[in-house]
Amino acid sequence: MKHLTEEQRLTVEMVRDVANRELAPRAQELDEKSLFPEHARDLFAQLGLLNPLLPVAYGGTEMGISTVVLVLEEIARVCASTALLLIGQFDGMLPIIHGGSPALKEKFLPRFSGESKLLTALGATEPNAGSDLLNMKTRAERKGDKYVINGQKCFITNGSVADVTVVYAYTDPSKGAKGISAFVVERGTPGLIYGRDEVKMGMRGSINSELFFENMEVPAENLIGEEGTGFANLMQTLSVNRIFCAAQAVGIAQGALEIAMNHARERVQFGQTIAHLTPIQFMIADMATAVEASRLLTRKAAQLVDEHDKSAVIYGGMAKTFASDTAMQVTTDAVQVLGGSGYMKENNVERMMRDAKLTQIYTGTNQITRMVTGRALLLQ
Amino acid sequence: MFTHNEEIRIAADTIRQAARERIAPLAATIDATGELNPEVATLLWDLGLMTLVFPPEHGGAEQSQGTLLCTAVEEIARHCASSALLLIIQAVGSYPLLHGGSKELLGRVLPRIVAERELAAYLVSEPGAGSDVGNIRTTAVRDGNHYVISGTKCFSTNGPVASFYTVLARTSENGRNGLTFFLVERDTPGFSVGKIEKKLGQRGSKTSEMYLDEVRVPVGNLLGEENKGFHLAMKDFDMSRPAIGAQALGIAEGAFDQMLRHARERKTFGQALCEHQMIQQIIADSATAIEAARGLVYRSAALYDQGQRNTKLASMAKLFASDAAMKITTDAIQVFGGYGYMQDYPVERMFRDAKLTQIFEGANQIQRLVIAREILKEAV
Repeated sequence: MKHLTEEQRLTVEMVRDVANRELAPRAQELDEKSLFPEHARDLFAQLGLLNPLLPVAYGGTEMGISTVVLVLEEIARVCASTALLLIGQFDGMLPIIHGGSPALKEKFLPRFSGESKLLTALGATEPNAGSDLLNMKTRAERKGDKYVINGQKCFITNGSVADVTVVYAYTDPSKGAKGISAFVVERGTPGLIYGRDEVKMGMRGSINSELFFENMEVPAENLIGEEGTGFANLMQTLSVNRIFCAAQAVGIAQGALEIAMNHARERVQFGQTIAHLTPIQFMIADMATAVEASRLLTRKAAQLVDEHDKSAVIYGGMAKTFASDTAMQVTTDAVQVLGGSGYMKENNVERMMRDAKLTQIYTGTNQITRMVTGRALLLQ
Repeated sequence: MFTHNEEIRIAADTIRQAARERIAPLAATIDATGELNPEVATLLWDLGLMTLVFPPEHGGAEQSQGTLLCTAVEEIARHCASSALLLIIQAVGSYPLLHGGSKELLGRVLPRIVAERELAAYLVSEPGAGSDVGNIRTTAVRDGNHYVISGTKCFSTNGPVASFYTVLARTSENGRNGLTFFLVERDTPGFSVGKIEKKLGQRGSKTSEMYLDEVRVPVGNLLGEENKGFHLAMKDFDMSRPAIGAQALGIAEGAFDQMLRHARERKTFGQALCEHQMIQQIIADSATAIEAARGLVYRSAALYDQGQRNTKLASMAKLFASDAAMKITTDAIQVFGGYGYMQDYPVERMFRDAKLTQIFEGANQIQRLVIAREILKEAV
């Protein structure tokens, strides 16, 4: 594991500063009122953090995944919902970067350069197609120079606020995984109907929407790659997305650990700070060890992606599973260290505990990521 | 429940039916509004559950009070932990009065409490005295035929709605051997409600700070012996910790029922979720933990009912059942996947409710110390 480069160190410092000054003070309000972090989007656009993956050829900075995970950790450390805004953004961008033809990239990617505030989303999940994505029912039929898409999606991060959504649909259901295609769908497309935004336990500053497609006509040129390449393209995005999720989980856990440590140093019980009590020391030791292990696994997976190493898929799955389980355990324990006051809204750790739970679920539940990792290790 | 006692079995059936039919439909609303539900309170009084641990002549059970309390708490917590908390607080708050009040005092207040259906609250915790009860700062100073009580109590469940309060205050500078319980009535001058907390879960009860500003109570309101309040509090734990264990058990069972139903109904990869071995692992672990928790809860309650020392088992029941509830509710959301994270399904509420059971009536770190001390005492 190499140490951070000078450039990465400066990026982390900048993001941490912004996170502490601009994002942390808003985190409680976003959670309580279920507000979309518009201020964060504007700030990220100004700082070049909204579209860091955009290739240089289209006006971007093409930040490496190794640096992106550092950025996500710092943001999630103070507000996981705000980190999810970025992860949703990357999810909608990656399929185009990975699979789009030069013409498609030329059509869409330059829109995201400079201080663009446009948002993207990725629409794959359906009511009966969560872990089992091949069970999706959304259909796309070619009609002349258009595809007509019918179906519905759910839980779509940034769904109702995205300007551009990548939608997955069967163009040929008889072919299974090889019958799924991906399309770029623009806001305002006739037949694109917004359902409700979900009311969630945590990550309440993130928007998760239902989308309905009723004879939605999409220009044929908006097909990403060839027909039938959608599923492979989605798997490629998800393999990177899992590393982003891991980074977010590391950030949540780190934030909770810091609050627990500060509390332990200040809280006096039995005549001394509880930092002097062995049971508390053991909890903090276990929490810090797990956070550090998660961080290293996440950074290793990210580095493997940047090096185009195929084992990045295995390490990404490991990182996601381990970091999210760690986030759940560490946030639960952080509430415990704070005791009764941890159960109250004003101390932030209960929010982190609610936020952490989603990291065990999205971008492949930890049951799926374990299965993927186990199969890759044993059977491939 | 594994009792052969016919009376308890009948009581359990009655409570189970009432909880399912009359409390379950209200649970989501109770959580959303964060208010004590008068309909539920009325039901609990009508069923005689609010006075289970009172003397039989004042509405209490003839025998097996601890077991009956646990049974009622478990059955109600399956559907609504907040409603079960009403029973626990009524029992915990009344205990110092019931077991420390003079005959004259009991004769005067109990008929009124029962007739007026008055709620109890238990004022022990302070900002500087959570696990460390010996650090209580609230003072009670003798002045003629009165005690004058001053201080701040926090995390008082039912604080804003109760009518009578058992208050632990300092009567001498002798650490935990300088504390005394007093009965304080709602309308006493100088007694007021402070900040009402916003909590992660168990939101169907109001939890607040309570201020005592030179509150004068007659010497007859002293409960138990002067300076022996700590011991009374410890005896209260012998009753309340099995009950908290029962609440955790009920929450775990409720989440398990939901998990099982969803696993049978939801189809993924061409078969019911429950056919997948990874889900079966979760189901098996959850069911095993529930059975073990049930054993500890009812064994510790039975010892209490027989008048035998149950401190070790009461702490074991509280510790094990609450950790099981946290684990099982976390896993139940996992089995639901994305749906479990949405407020449309009850498992996210159960997850939030479960966390409190690891904290109150002695954080689990304290329970472990109690268990170890009891064992080390036995060994001598």
